[in-house]
Amino acid sequence: MMRQAKPAVARRPLNYQEVWGRVGIYAFLGVVALFFLLPLYVMLVTSFKSMDEIRLGLIFSLPRQFTIDAWVKAWTSACTGLECTGLRVGFGNSVKILVPSVVVSILLGAVNGYALSFWKVKGANVLFACLLLGSFIPYQVFIYPLVRVYAQTGIYGSLAGIVLTHVIFGMPVMTLLFRNYYSGLPIELFKAARIDGAGFWKIFVSIILPMSAPIAIVAVIMQVTAIWNDFLLGLVFAGRENLPMTVQLNNIVNTTTGERAYNVNMAATVLTSLVPLAVYLLSGRWFVRGIASGAVKG
Amino acid sequence: MSSVSLESLDVSYGNVQIVRNLDLNIRDGEFLVLLGPSGCGKSTLLSAIGGLTDVSGGRILFNDKDVTWTDPKDRGIGMVFQSYALYPTMSVERNLSFGLRIAGIDRAIIEKKVKWAADLLQIAHLLDRKPSALSGGQRQRVAIGRALVRDADIFLFDEPLSNLDAKLRAELRLEIKKLHKTLKSTMIYVTHDQIEALTLADRIAVMKDGIIQQLDTPLNVYNKPANEFVGSFLGSPAMNKVEGALVADGDHLSFAAGDFRLDVSRYPFTQKVESGRKVVLGLRPEHILPASGSAAAIEGKVSLVEPMGSSILAWSVFDGLSLSHLVGQDDGCEADRTFAVTIDVQKASFFDVETGWRL
Amino acid sequence: MGAEFTRHVKRNLVAYIALLPMAAVVIFAYLGTMAWSVRLSFSSSKLLPRSDFVGLNQYVTLFDTSRWLTSLGNLAVIAFFFLLICFVLGCLLAIFIDQNVRGESLFRTVFLYPYAMSFVVAGLIWQWILNPDLGIQATMRGFGFSGFVLDWVVNPRMVLYAVILATVWHGSGLVMALILAGLRGIDGEIWRATRIDGIPAWRVYLSIVLPMLRPMIITSLVLLSISIVKMYDVVVAMTNGGPGTASEVPAKFIMDNLFERANIGLATAASTVMLITVLMVMAPVIYSQYFRKSGRAA
Repeated sequence: MMRQAKPAVARRPLNYQEVWGRVGIYAFLGVVALFFLLPLYVMLVTSFKSMDEIRLGLIFSLPRQFTIDAWVKAWTSACTGLECTGLRVGFGNSVKILVPSVVVSILLGAVNGYALSFWKVKGANVLFACLLLGSFIPYQVFIYPLVRVYAQTGIYGSLAGIVLTHVIFGMPVMTLLFRNYYSGLPIELFKAARIDGAGFWKIFVSIILPMSAPIAIVAVIMQVTAIWNDFLLGLVFAGRENLPMTVQLNNIVNTTTGERAYNVNMAATVLTSLVPLAVYLLSGRWFVRGIASGAVKG
Repeated sequence: MSSVSLESLDVSYGNVQIVRNLDLNIRDGEFLVLLGPSGCGKSTLLSAIGGLTDVSGGRILFNDKDVTWTDPKDRGIGMVFQSYALYPTMSVERNLSFGLRIAGIDRAIIEKKVKWAADLLQIAHLLDRKPSALSGGQRQRVAIGRALVRDADIFLFDEPLSNLDAKLRAELRLEIKKLHKTLKSTMIYVTHDQIEALTLADRIAVMKDGIIQQLDTPLNVYNKPANEFVGSFLGSPAMNKVEGALVADGDHLSFAAGDFRLDVSRYPFTQKVESGRKVVLGLRPEHILPASGSAAAIEGKVSLVEPMGSSILAWSVFDGLSLSHLVGQDDGCEADRTFAVTIDVQKASFFDVETGWRL
Repeated sequence: MGAEFTRHVKRNLVAYIALLPMAAVVIFAYLGTMAWSVRLSFSSSKLLPRSDFVGLNQYVTLFDTSRWLTSLGNLAVIAFFFLLICFVLGCLLAIFIDQNVRGESLFRTVFLYPYAMSFVVAGLIWQWILNPDLGIQATMRGFGFSGFVLDWVVNPRMVLYAVILATVWHGSGLVMALILAGLRGIDGEIWRATRIDGIPAWRVYLSIVLPMLRPMIITSLVLLSISIVKMYDVVVAMTNGGPGTASEVPAKFIMDNLFERANIGLATAASTVMLITVLMVMAPVIYSQYFRKSGRAA
C-alpha cells in the first residue's frame, strides 16, 4: 500500500515555558535516579577492586584492575564469626528455609481466602480482623513466648521452627491477598458449582485454584522477597545451623576483627541481594501489583 | 417433575428482612415468573428455593417433601444465572458434564446427555471451546445446558437474559418458552422485565419489599392489577394515574377530577362504593380509543405526539386533565389539534387512595 | 438457635475444618503470645520468666531508663523525616513520571529496586558509602576539598540522618509505585475538564488528584509506618545502635533486653508499650480500610 504524504500543517508554535518544563522534569528524574543508582554502583565497583585500591579512598572510581577475588572469598571463605566457610552456607540455608515457607504459606493463604470469601463460617471475620491487626504489630511482642513454646516442643533452632514462624507471620498478608482476589470472582460461579454437587475441596481444586494463577504469581513474588530478606526471624528462630544469608552477611561485615575487607563485604552484599533483585527485575509490574494488592482492598 | 410450596417463608440478612412470611404454591409443570423491581427480594427468594441462601423461618416443600435444609445438589434443581457463571477454566463440554462427573455417573451416559442437551440448544459445535471464546448468547445457552443435563425437575432462572442485547433476548426468550413446552418441567423465573414475564409465564407473582403483591395469569395481572403498584409496574407505555373522587351524577356514579368527569356506572366494582369516596383512576393508554362517531366521545387538545413505530403515543388535555393515549398512524392525531376519544371504563382500574388496593 | 446453629455448622463443616489452622495461628501464635508478653511485663522476670506480680514496676523502670527514652525520641525523629521525605519524594517522582516521559519503565525500575532488597543490605551499603575514612568524605577530600565533612555514621548528632537516608532510599519507591498506580487509574476526562476550566496543573494535583488518591496515600503511609515501628535490621546492620546509644530504636532495645541483657520483664514492658501504641493508631485505619466496604453481603 502506498502511504500518502501528510499534508503540511502549521506546527504549534514552541512554547518556551513548556520546553523548560520538560527539561526540568528530566533533570529532576535524572538526578534522583543517580541518587538511587549510586549505592548499586558503589557496591559493584567496590566488589571488583582490590583492598590496595580501596585504601586510595576513591569510592566512585572504576576498578583499575578488575578482580573477582573478593567474590570468590565472599562465597567460599569469608568468616562469619568463628567459621570461615563463606556465604554459600547461608545461601543454602536461605533456600532450605525459603522453599517450604513459600509453598506452605501460599497454600494456607489460598485456603483461608477461599473459605473466607465463599463460605459462611461464624466468627471467621473476627478471626481475620485479629490476624490483620497482628500483621501491624512488631514481632517483638510475639517473639519471646514463641521462643519458649518452640523450646518446649523441641523445634527451637530447627528448620521446622523457622518455617513455621514464616508461615505464621506470612499468614495475614497471604490471606488478605487471596481473600481480596476471590471476593472479586462472581459468587454465581460458586453457587453454580454447589448446585452441580461440588463440595468445599472439589470447588477449590476444580474451579477456584485454576483461576488463581495471577494472584499466585503475586503471592510467590511477595513471599520470596519477604522471606529472603528477613533478618530478625532468621536470627532468632533458625538456630546456629540454619542461619539465613542476611544474618550471615551481617556477621561477615560487622563482626570481623582487624581491617575490614570492604571489597569482600560488598561482594557479599551483592550476592545476598541477587535473589530478590532477580525476582524484582523479572517480575516487573507484578511486583508493584503485589505491593498494592497486599494492602488495599481490590 | 415437581410442585413447589413455600410456607410462611422468611429470609433475612442480619437484621434486614428480605422475604417476609411468604406463601406460594407452584404447580407441577408450571412456568412461574417472579417479577419486581430490583431489591424486591425476588432473587433472594429464588436463591432460597435453590438452597443457596438459608431461610430464617418457614418451610420449602418440593412435591410435599420438606427440603428446607436439603443440600442444593440433592434438590433436583438446575439453575441459570444472569452472569452465566460458567467455569472459565473448563471447556463447554466440561462445564456441562462437571456435575455429572462429580456424581460419578457412567461416562457413556454423560456423553449421551451432553450431546442431547447440546443438540437441543444448538451448541454442539462449541463443545471444545472455553467460555471466553463464546458470545453472550452462546454462553447463556451453555448455562441453560448445564441445568438441562442435570435432569432437573425444577429449573430456576435468575434474570438469565438481562446481560444480553435486545435482539438476542427476544431470541432466547422464545428458546426458553420452547424448552418449557418440550420438557414440561416446573420453571421458576426471576426477572424485572415485564415483557419476559408476560410472554413466558403461566402465572406471574409480582413482588415488592419481599411480599407478593399479586399472583395471577399474565392477562389478569395486566388487566386487573391488584393494586396501584402492580398497575404502574406493568405496562409500557405506563398507565395514567389520576387522583379524584367518586360523585353521584344524577342516577349514576361518576369519577371527578377538577373539571374532568367520567361516567363509571359500568365499571365492575369489587365492593360497595359510595359517592364522595376518594379514589385513584388507573387508565392504560390503549384503553383510551379514538372516537368513532360515538356519543360518549370526549374532546381534547393534543399537546405532544411520540411515534413508536406501530402506533403513536399522544399526550392530550381533556377538560384540564393530561392523559397519554395510543392512536393509530392513520387516525390523524397531530400536535395542537383537537382529538376525540372514548374511554373504555370497563378496562380501567380504580384504587383506594389510602391503601392503593383495587376497588 | 441451638438446633439451627448445629445445622449451619453441619452444612459448612469442611469450611470450619479448613479454617482451623488460621484459628490456631490467631489464637495461639498471635493472641496467646501477646497475652503472655503482656503478662510477663507485670512480673519481675529477668533471665527466666517468673510468675510473680509486681504491678507497674517494670514500666516505671522502663521510663526511667535513658536508653529507652533515647530510642523513643530517635524513633519519633526518624518517623517524622522518613514519612515526610518518602511521601513528598515519592509523590513528586510519580507525578513527574506520569508526564509522558521517555524511558518511563527504566525510571520506575530504578526508583523501586531498593525496596526489593533487604534492610540489612540497605544498611550495609550506606554504611560503606558514608564511611568517613574511605567513603564519600575521603573521596571529596582527595579531590582537594580538605574541609569536607560527611561523617554521619560516626557522629552521634548526625547518625539518625544517616539512618533516615538509607531508609528513604529504601522506601520512597514504594510511595512512587503506589501513587503512580493511582494516577494511572484517574479518568482522563477529569484532566480534560480541568483543562477546559483552565486550572493550573499543580492546582489540579493538589486539590483534585491527591484527594482522589486517598486510598493509595493511606496504604503507602500505613506500610511505611509499619516498617518504622518494626525498624531493626537496618539499624543493626548500619550502626548497631551507635555511636553509643545515638541511633538506638525501640525494637532493638527490646531485642537486646530479651536476648543479651536477660531482662525479660523490662523487654516485655517495652513491647507492651509498642503494642498499645500500634493498636491505638492502627485499629481505626484497619477498620476503615478493610471492613467498611469490603466483604460480601451474602
